[in-house]
Amino acid sequence: MEEAYDRGVIEDFGRWREFSAGMWAWVFHKFTGWVLVGYLFVHIPVLSTALVGAETYTATIQGLESLPIVRVLEVGLLAVAVFHIMNGTRLLFIDLGIGLERQKVSFYASLLITAIIAVASVPTFISGVF
Amino acid sequence: MSADDETTTDDDTGVPGPHADRLARKEASNEGRGSAASDADRETVRFRIYRYNPDDEDRASPRYDDFHIPFERGMTVLDGLIYARDEFDPSLTFRHSCRQAICGSDALFINGRQRLACKTQVTDLSRPIQVEPLPHLDVKKDLVVEMEHFYEQMHAVEPYFNPDDEPVTATTERRQSPANHEHIKMSTRCIWCASCHSSCNIAAGDDDYLGPAAINMAYRFAMDEREGDRREDERYEIIKSEQGVWRCQTQFSCTEVCPKEIPLTEHIQELKRESVKRNLKFW
Repeated sequence: MEEAYDRGVIEDFGRWREFSAGMWAWVFHKFTGWVLVGYLFVHIPVLSTALVGAETYTATIQGLESLPIVRVLEVGLLAVAVFHIMNGTRLLFIDLGIGLERQKVSFYASLLITAIIAVASVPTFISGVF
Repeated sequence: MSADDETTTDDDTGVPGPHADRLARKEASNEGRGSAASDADRETVRFRIYRYNPDDEDRASPRYDDFHIPFERGMTVLDGLIYARDEFDPSLTFRHSCRQAICGSDALFINGRQRLACKTQVTDLSRPIQVEPLPHLDVKKDLVVEMEHFYEQMHAVEPYFNPDDEPVTATTERRQSPANHEHIKMSTRCIWCASCHSSCNIAAGDDDYLGPAAINMAYRFAMDEREGDRREDERYEIIKSEQGVWRCQTQFSCTEVCPKEIPLTEHIQELKRESVKRNLKFW
């Protein structure tokens, strides 16, 4: 029917409030995946400074590590990587047909493990910069 | 025929008819209706209902209307909608038929989730109760959505049997083992309500994707041992095609909302594994 009313994307975007666990797992997995891809594009130039020389590389790394924002971002990067690994494992099991009825629990477990590891890493990453 | 007429007929025969009890109750509830004094005392439930009518200039842009429906014990959302239509606004449009979660006509977006209005108790919901047409489907009027595309997808998997051979005699049965029936039992429960299709974000963004309901329908036949081998091969061509199972990204929304509790994601995943096996020659 050409008269049918198309509610458009705006209303659809508003539906995130109704997302269930599996949906959030998908959203987070996409998000963390893109963050990791983006990180690789930063990671390679930083490592490439070693081509110039050992001193340049050391200076670059030390310069970056002296910035508080970099230390905080490193905690975030670890959290993103851990979640992507945990949820990726969860998805592998789902593909194998294992634990589909417990998919919510495994998603929450992924979140919990991510949180624990991220919090536990804070002293290591933050020490000496603030 | 009004309720009064029916009751009179029962009384005339002098014998209480089989529906005497029900009719008495119906009459009692009809008496309550329309009487302002009794309505004012009664607990009401606020329904926020999505309204849209392309033929009416006032309603050409969608809005929500509030209805205060007298609460009754055991009342479903569908009961509320019927009350709103019968007592307040006869133009309120929605689909319903069997009222017992069999026909699948009244799948609606109720308080942020796809549910069958007839299967949803008002007491199980927070209030006000917001009733909208199924998301990701075009709205034709009020709560009525365009289902044509959904039906096309359902038919696209060719949901019918075809054993390769003819029966030996006219009375030959094609038997199914109890174990095989157990295997496909849940998938046969589909009532074509489109709740899962509406909840699926992939189906929403991609009209070519078969969607959970159609894939479940394919599963029902592909897993049935009575299906002919040649037919099964053809069916798997549809299942593992670009529009088939591989579009599923295991968001579990369909399994979450299915009013018949069909494990849709599980079925889709099983078909993914079967599709891979069919492509691995050494298997």
